[in-house]
Amino acid sequence: MIHTTAGSDGLARVEEFEGRSLWQNARARLFRNKAAVASLVILAVIAVLAVFAPLLSPHAYDEIYWDRMQQPPDFANAHWFGTDNVGRDLFVRILYGARVSLAVGLLATTVSLVIGVTYGAVAGFLGGVVDNIMMRIVDVLYSLPFMFFVIMLMVVFGRNIFLIFVALGAVEWLTMARIVRGQTISVKRKEFIEAAHAGGVSNTKIIFRHVIPNVLGPVIVYMTLTIPQVILTESFLSFLGLGVQEPLTSWGVLISEGAKVMEFAPWMLFFPAVFLATTLFAFNFIGDGLRDALDPKDR
Amino acid sequence: MLSYALRRLVTTIPTLFVIITVAFFMMRLAPGGPFDSDRALPPEIEQNILAAYDLDKPLVEQYLLYLGRILVADFGPSLKIRDFSVGELIAAGAPASMELGFSAILLALLFGVTLGTLAALRQNSATDFSVMSVSMIGIAVPNFVMAPLLSLVIGVYLDLLPTSGWGGGDLRYKILPIVALALPQIAYVARLTRGSMVEVLHSNFVRTARAKGLRERLVVVRHALKGAIMPVVSYLGPATAAVMTGSVVIETIFGVPGIGTYFVNAALNRDYPLVLGVVIVYAVLIMLLNLLVDLLYAVLDPKVRYS
Repeated sequence: MIHTTAGSDGLARVEEFEGRSLWQNARARLFRNKAAVASLVILAVIAVLAVFAPLLSPHAYDEIYWDRMQQPPDFANAHWFGTDNVGRDLFVRILYGARVSLAVGLLATTVSLVIGVTYGAVAGFLGGVVDNIMMRIVDVLYSLPFMFFVIMLMVVFGRNIFLIFVALGAVEWLTMARIVRGQTISVKRKEFIEAAHAGGVSNTKIIFRHVIPNVLGPVIVYMTLTIPQVILTESFLSFLGLGVQEPLTSWGVLISEGAKVMEFAPWMLFFPAVFLATTLFAFNFIGDGLRDALDPKDR
Repeated sequence: MLSYALRRLVTTIPTLFVIITVAFFMMRLAPGGPFDSDRALPPEIEQNILAAYDLDKPLVEQYLLYLGRILVADFGPSLKIRDFSVGELIAAGAPASMELGFSAILLALLFGVTLGTLAALRQNSATDFSVMSVSMIGIAVPNFVMAPLLSLVIGVYLDLLPTSGWGGGDLRYKILPIVALALPQIAYVARLTRGSMVEVLHSNFVRTARAKGLRERLVVVRHALKGAIMPVVSYLGPATAAVMTGSVVIETIFGVPGIGTYFVNAALNRDYPLVLGVVIVYAVLIMLLNLLVDLLYAVLDPKVRYS
């Protein structure tokens, strides 16, 4: 940042200030956003709870207490959230569900990130016919009823948790590819890319070393908004009975079980629903906060 | 524009072809078949059943046969729901699904645009804040949570409306599923409208309209809304897809006899023709609506020209 001040000798002098990078600016702006900071804290708490789940409760997630089926929250036996249909502790099951939901969210988003960023950067960078064909393919894929294919995939190949990661990642990369392509097209006209070309750097290296790092802003924003999307989709599949397999669980499974008995055991619906909604809330707020923080328009 | 519409219609054909091909082979690569049961059938009988449905022929031949029948709009017989063809089942289920879906989208537009506009007009007021927080809830609480909660509170505790079934099309049975399906979309549309409305209200042409002394109502409805509604129009495509997928869950929860319910059951039962039929119907609908949205865009926005 260059700033002009009048020196003691009366002549204008150019002083150099230490520049603040886009990222430092963004971080400062993000931390001023109360909703985003609160969301970060809440997510951190849920993540810590999920990681240390086995230490927090005397019960195991698959331990069945035959004499305590569908018990409402009961502090005497340390069933803080009550028990489920077959007498398993709901608190611990929700935390194990958190593990599955968060892991699916993060891993599937990573899959979509890798595919989408590479695809978009290549299409935008190469341009011309290649770009045309690649984006036409994305257009076609966009108009497919993807959810139905994911449902079929789950039915066809069984309820495999790794397949969920891959399937959801494979569904969510399209928008990412579009965003990255648009950004890449604007970045590739910049002088430093030209300089790299002139210096004889290979296309592959330019894409990964010079183009991608410069399109990360919107990518990060969209990524934060993809995570809740994926968690939601996983819960949706679980709700339909196509998610993870017993005795493992996820929030979608717990909500689906809770919904069936909500008239007699409302806590079985209430607690997992609160966890799911809170997490989705938090991710959305962080995404909005990041967008505001990284958007150069209202600086 | 007509030629653009026709060209777009023509390009849906290869897309549809890809969808059918992928769906067909994906179903068939699956382990297990439609006639698997705990009690093994005698081989001759099984052979006869398979032959009756052409399932004993090589896969590629079955695929070609299927494509040939699709051309004359014959989806084949259902393998599980005896004596019904897929066409008949879809015809039976489609009206309920369509009614659900279209009502939900209509509600979303009506309430979403109204709420979003109100919030934008009173930016940073209590109205704005409450509309935005409620819409955040609408987005963060998935419809498979909202639906059971609605039916618990309104159906069971307050006993105002029936909790499930279709009641032969009685309006009272439709309210809860439609509302549950529409809520997330209302929330989304409200947020979109508010965002673009805030921007448009600060633009020059709105200031001009006000300077001319137009009544505020006219300024908002005639002038500002026309500009602010564009993001909502382009969201209609994804909204339709979301409503269709959502209706799979909503139909299951409320026991609505629509094609979404068929889809889940058919996929679980390996009823190949029914799954394919439903996927094709949904795909065609989504593609047609996307086309419609693009054309609507051209009508509303004079800057967009299709040649």
